[in-house]
Amino acid sequence: MGKIHIPGVINAVKKVRGGVKVPHHKNTAELEVVRMPEPKQVVLPMQQHIGAPCTPTVKVGDKVAVGQVIGDSDKPVSAPIHASVSGTVTAIGNVKLPGGAMAQGVTIESDGEMRLYEGIKAPHVETKEDFIKAIRESGLVGLGGAGFPTHIKLNAPSKIDTLIINAAECEPYITVDYRECIENSWDIYSGIRTIMEFLEIPHVVIAVEDNKPEAFKILEQIVDGDSSAGGAIKIMQLESRYPQGAEKMMIQSATGRQLPPGKLPSDIGCMVMNVASTAFISRYLKTGKPLVSRSLTVDGLAIKEPKNVRVPIGTSISDIIEFCGGFKDEPVKIIAGGPMMGTAITDLDHPLSKSNNALLAFSKDDAKVFKETDCIRCGRCASACPLSLVPTRIVRNTKAKDVDALIKDGVMVCMECGSCAYSCPAKKPLVQHMRLAKSLVREAGAKK
Amino acid sequence: MTLNNKLVVSASPHDRTHKTVRSLMLDVIIALIPALVASVFFFGPRALLIECLSVGFCVIFEYISRIFMKREQTIGDLSAVITGLLLAFNLPVSIPLWMVPIGSAVAIVVAKQFFGGIGQNFVNPALAGRIVLLTSFPVAMSTWTVPRTWTMQQLDGITKASPLADIHNMTSSETGGLPTLVEMIIGQREGCLGETCAIAILIGGLYLIIRKVISPTIPLVYLGTVALFMLVAGKGNLLFVAYELLGGGLMLGAFFMATDYTTSPITFKGKIIFAIGCGLITSIIRIFGNLPEGVSYSIILMNILVPLIENITLPKPFGTPKKEKEAKAK
Repeated sequence: MGKIHIPGVINAVKKVRGGVKVPHHKNTAELEVVRMPEPKQVVLPMQQHIGAPCTPTVKVGDKVAVGQVIGDSDKPVSAPIHASVSGTVTAIGNVKLPGGAMAQGVTIESDGEMRLYEGIKAPHVETKEDFIKAIRESGLVGLGGAGFPTHIKLNAPSKIDTLIINAAECEPYITVDYRECIENSWDIYSGIRTIMEFLEIPHVVIAVEDNKPEAFKILEQIVDGDSSAGGAIKIMQLESRYPQGAEKMMIQSATGRQLPPGKLPSDIGCMVMNVASTAFISRYLKTGKPLVSRSLTVDGLAIKEPKNVRVPIGTSISDIIEFCGGFKDEPVKIIAGGPMMGTAITDLDHPLSKSNNALLAFSKDDAKVFKETDCIRCGRCASACPLSLVPTRIVRNTKAKDVDALIKDGVMVCMECGSCAYSCPAKKPLVQHMRLAKSLVREAGAKK
Repeated sequence: MTLNNKLVVSASPHDRTHKTVRSLMLDVIIALIPALVASVFFFGPRALLIECLSVGFCVIFEYISRIFMKREQTIGDLSAVITGLLLAFNLPVSIPLWMVPIGSAVAIVVAKQFFGGIGQNFVNPALAGRIVLLTSFPVAMSTWTVPRTWTMQQLDGITKASPLADIHNMTSSETGGLPTLVEMIIGQREGCLGETCAIAILIGGLYLIIRKVISPTIPLVYLGTVALFMLVAGKGNLLFVAYELLGGGLMLGAFFMATDYTTSPITFKGKIIFAIGCGLITSIIRIFGNLPEGVSYSIILMNILVPLIENITLPKPFGTPKKEKEAKAK
């Protein structure tokens, strides 16, 4: 595709290094998001975000309605949890999360009515403080997968000059962000205008990968059609290359800036928002309905009817799979999230959390299980690393437990995108080595 | 649901490239086939015999070494086959057959398995084998056979000195008794089995580059350095440059041996430094040294420097300051 010379359309300021060309498998791209009927029960973990876990504010036997706060925390970095169905709290106990960690969870038995909590009304927002407070109350966390509380992100102490709207969706299989662009493009746009207005952000870049021309066209039409923005909103087409949609890569593509290790995007004047989160903000300000459901892609060869589905938070994975027709083939691997960064799970009772954007069930044909062989020093891991790390060295230094060398190798910069492991012909579990290396460095740091 | 305990759990990513070590090695073997065909065409069935012996012994030695070392068997990765082929390609057709297993043993047992097998050797095994043979049996290793003088009755052919020795004496554009340029390109010249046919090597090299098995950096910079050096040394005589590039084992070395993963730097800058070094040492040996050929020595010498080259060419991790000073200022 050639360069497009229309005002408002820009190319990446700086090309991202490395990365891998992964098969897209965007099989569900044309499937409209369908709403799943409410499940019999939901389990709402008190830890669905990065930060402090919430404490349940309800007790067993309480009647709750959709949107009612059932868990909250007084710690700054946290986000409240709302009931996603109406019914009765039947249990408060421990629940296992996909990663294996335990958290407190509130079980709600649905009464089948999906009755909305009477306290819900559109928030009154006039100032930036009102806006941040409203977003906190909405329970919104980054819907792209990271799960960082949005009100913290919006309340950055430093001045933001560029807001980047992330519609890259570089993970294979996942198409919910694409659907958001197609189905709720106006929500996205009004969300952008709202954030711009309250945070006084002068520039906005909407980033879309070039394998989503439809999404690009729709967003472009909206941006072009609104002259009141005065050219402040630009739309950027990116080459489809994993991990284009990673925060660091986004910032580099849109502004040419490199995020230094340990810094937040706001430290270099940037803010990256996922499209679904942006659209949610605009809907929340209109209706006041907090984050009680989310869209996710359900796909993989073992799934009978792959779907994009809107599901109440806390629905169990087995209920979601059942809604998608169940398994047509024996599943070999089930992944919460995308194939590049998602977590393989063993327990289908896991509840869906706020930041989970996909559920993949692979049969023996697409669950690739390879035998690990010796490293041949081909250097593919180093060329694939978008952050200029040399994974094969890090593996060697991890085995030698050489913490100083690991710090020098920059392992703490690693975002575990998986590009190295994807491209490794020896099938080394490189991401696992990176995690091990990071924990070594953290341990050594804690001892000091 | 009753699926629990049946599901595979592994660290992300859950999708992997279809390339494996074996598939990469197979690609290299495919790329070596044109040169193999050319070697049989020019030097007769004895060439094929040497190649088969070399490959056979390399695989057997690898097999035995792994058993002795109580390590997992690795002959399936096909890397021993490549070492065998490359070693044979670096031998003259007239070599006594009993020398071939000695070369294979040095290559596989000493240079490769003593250091831990694939990925651990610090010099190119095939070149180590060649150099040990060259220093142990200098006469047998530099007796050359005139191509296409073999017949089914007289398999040995007629022997004579290598053209490279003559090239260095080339003063003007007179080529004298040298093969013509066309003969140099198609491989109608004296030399080791796999090194004479430039066309066959280029086809193989191109195949590797297109299949993304190797990057073109090392061959291009290596050949470029030699060309530049020879241009100056030959006082601008382009014909001399062409003969130098096509002569000896330069083409084979540049595309198939200097690009060996294990013994070349993985960083881009490192690859350039490595290739320039190979080019300079090759040229210096050829012009100033007593030896007619410098490709194997240059690659081996640069192999040894790879860890050092890599250490000074490591890329800066994303977002870290470009210079040490800036880092300290913060």
